[in-house]
Amino acid sequence: MYRSHVLVCGGTGCTSSGSHQICAELEKEIKKQGLAEEVKVVMTGCFGLCALGPIMIVYPEGSFYSRVKVEDIPEIVSEHLLKGRIVSRLLYQETVQTDGSIKSLNETNFYKKQHRVALRNCGVITPENIEAYIAEDGYQALAKALTEMTPQQVIDEISASGLRGRGGAGFPTGRKWSFAAANQADQKYVCCNADEGDPGAFMDRSVLEGDPHVVLEAMAIAGYAIGASQGYIYVHAEYPIAVHRLQIAIDQAREYGLLGKGILGTDFNFDIDLRLGAGAFVCGEETALMTSIEGHRGEPRPRPPFPAVKGLFQKPTILNNVETYANVPRIILKGAAWFSSMGTEKSKGTKVFALGGKIVNTGLVEIPMGTTLREIVEDIGGGIPNGKKFKAAQTGGPSGGCIPADKIDVPIDYDNLIAIGSMMGSGGLIVMDEDNCMVDIAKFFLEFTVDESCGKCTPCRIGTRRLLELLTKVTEGKATMEDLDKMEQLCYYIKENSLCGLGQTAPNPVLSTLRYFREEYEAHIKDKSCPAGVCKKLVRYSINDNCKGCTACARKCPVGAISGAVKQKHVIDPATCIKCGVCMETCKFGAIEKK
Amino acid sequence: MKSVEELLAIKNKIKNQVDVRREDDQRVRIVIGMATCGIAAGARPVMTAFLDELAKRNLGHVTVSQTGCIGMCKLEPIVDVYVPGEEKVTYIKMTPEKAVRVVNDHIVNKNVVTEYTIGSSEK
Repeated sequence: MYRSHVLVCGGTGCTSSGSHQICAELEKEIKKQGLAEEVKVVMTGCFGLCALGPIMIVYPEGSFYSRVKVEDIPEIVSEHLLKGRIVSRLLYQETVQTDGSIKSLNETNFYKKQHRVALRNCGVITPENIEAYIAEDGYQALAKALTEMTPQQVIDEISASGLRGRGGAGFPTGRKWSFAAANQADQKYVCCNADEGDPGAFMDRSVLEGDPHVVLEAMAIAGYAIGASQGYIYVHAEYPIAVHRLQIAIDQAREYGLLGKGILGTDFNFDIDLRLGAGAFVCGEETALMTSIEGHRGEPRPRPPFPAVKGLFQKPTILNNVETYANVPRIILKGAAWFSSMGTEKSKGTKVFALGGKIVNTGLVEIPMGTTLREIVEDIGGGIPNGKKFKAAQTGGPSGGCIPADKIDVPIDYDNLIAIGSMMGSGGLIVMDEDNCMVDIAKFFLEFTVDESCGKCTPCRIGTRRLLELLTKVTEGKATMEDLDKMEQLCYYIKENSLCGLGQTAPNPVLSTLRYFREEYEAHIKDKSCPAGVCKKLVRYSINDNCKGCTACARKCPVGAISGAVKQKHVIDPATCIKCGVCMETCKFGAIEKK
Repeated sequence: MKSVEELLAIKNKIKNQVDVRREDDQRVRIVIGMATCGIAAGARPVMTAFLDELAKRNLGHVTVSQTGCIGMCKLEPIVDVYVPGEEKVTYIKMTPEKAVRVVNDHIVNKNVVTEYTIGSSEK
């Protein structure tokens, strides 16, 4: 028996900041101190606090070490693990109280308001061992469904829970399953959409990396509910850790008889295979995803027929997002009433958000629906760094829109977000402060959709490109007020005429920034200035009277645009200046101004 | 596996091993003095004996941790047992054999092994 467990985060965030080296060093030191029989090192999935990685937590004390370096390991092993003295210097400082005692991680601001359902095993178990999942009630829901419930009862339970698709559109999951169940066919399919492509979103990756079995179990339950015997997980090839762990999980589940023929002694057969996507954003759209699984080029097809009628290989198919599946086993085990007790009237349960952008605690949070954006940004996220002011948050990535500062107290759920011109999306939440130009943000997302448009339909292929050209004109100060109207018209045209979700939502970032930050667009057009100082073509650098004539800026300027004698005020030649900002970083006297 | 019972058997087996990670105030704690004096007096075999005995009896809810020197070096190895709702019991001059008995009598059967405690040595 091990007296102490050391959990090291093995998610992508912590892996890239070196958690594997930490793990190796830890095991080496533990061996050196003769503790290998007493202390167990476990590599887990993501804890959520990616900003503080690499993360390490030591039980039974529950000590939370953050930003651990390889050099710290000998000290932690010889002090904490050998002699029992916690190295408080290296702890996450919020857990260290003023009297020196240590509070539980669940009491910290970041975790206090969270409620983990989909992420409940992430950072808790080792994802590469099926028995660790079984110990946390894993596969109990599948056992319950197979032995105590009829397929119809499973569907009724999911419907009653009010679970809606977590991929973004929010379609009721139970209804989707009942459509597929009602269609008779010799073969049906269960698919999992793990083609997470929104810039800034990484919750599906974290579930797959931290708790892959929950997806397998949920897909088997779905297979039982609709009468399917085969499942496919369509996952990015760019998620190597997730792919690796999923494959281990599938192999182990087959070995334990939890996938395959005659599961748990019943006559239910179900197996799952992986299909790797090459990273095209459009393959996250359900019809394109299925076309890609079939082996064709990933392009969408018109709906209807909907996948529940004619999906993969022309057979009835259900397709759910990773996070949706992660909720299913808990609903079966704890009941629909438990799940629907969380959230708002029409959006039940919890939602995972990937916090990014101008925020202190970058990472992954799971909150009950109905939590306000203010609670997410200020309490959980720790606010905006450097004392800057909150300007807006972008939800739903390139398909969504922004939530301005005056809507920060709106409770977040599917319907409220639609009402204020954004959408839930898959859960990326990018926070912006006063230094972000909203026109530039809209342009950024549009550049993404222009690149990712598959080209099958004209409104999306050509429409988004024309829209981007108009936006570029705005950021260069060449647009007119008529262009603004043209842009709006074009947006609605693209939305109404595109074939699939990609085109239908691509103009959203433009429309929502136009709705809430129209004055910023107008400033670009009428005053030829960018209020946030981002759009390079409109920014002017100049030198004020604070200049001491030290010549530092003139020496650093890469294009020689600054002239002036020693101890004399310098001047920037706007025609030569490339607006790189080096002079501003160099000046010690605050003499460079950006307007 | 071919039945739900087998699934439950795995769950119960592993659950004990990961109980140490659950935050729980209602947990029995065994705290062993592991400063230089404790180690010199043989605290490490005592700790191993505790761990082995707990594992043998599947007592996953009991945690074993170490602490530093409390100043009574001549009484080492010293072991404190905290049972929630009861007073701390301090055992002194522990050996692996005594450790086994503390687990069996004190932790499993709720009878403090009075003859090993610090109170009995003072009399």
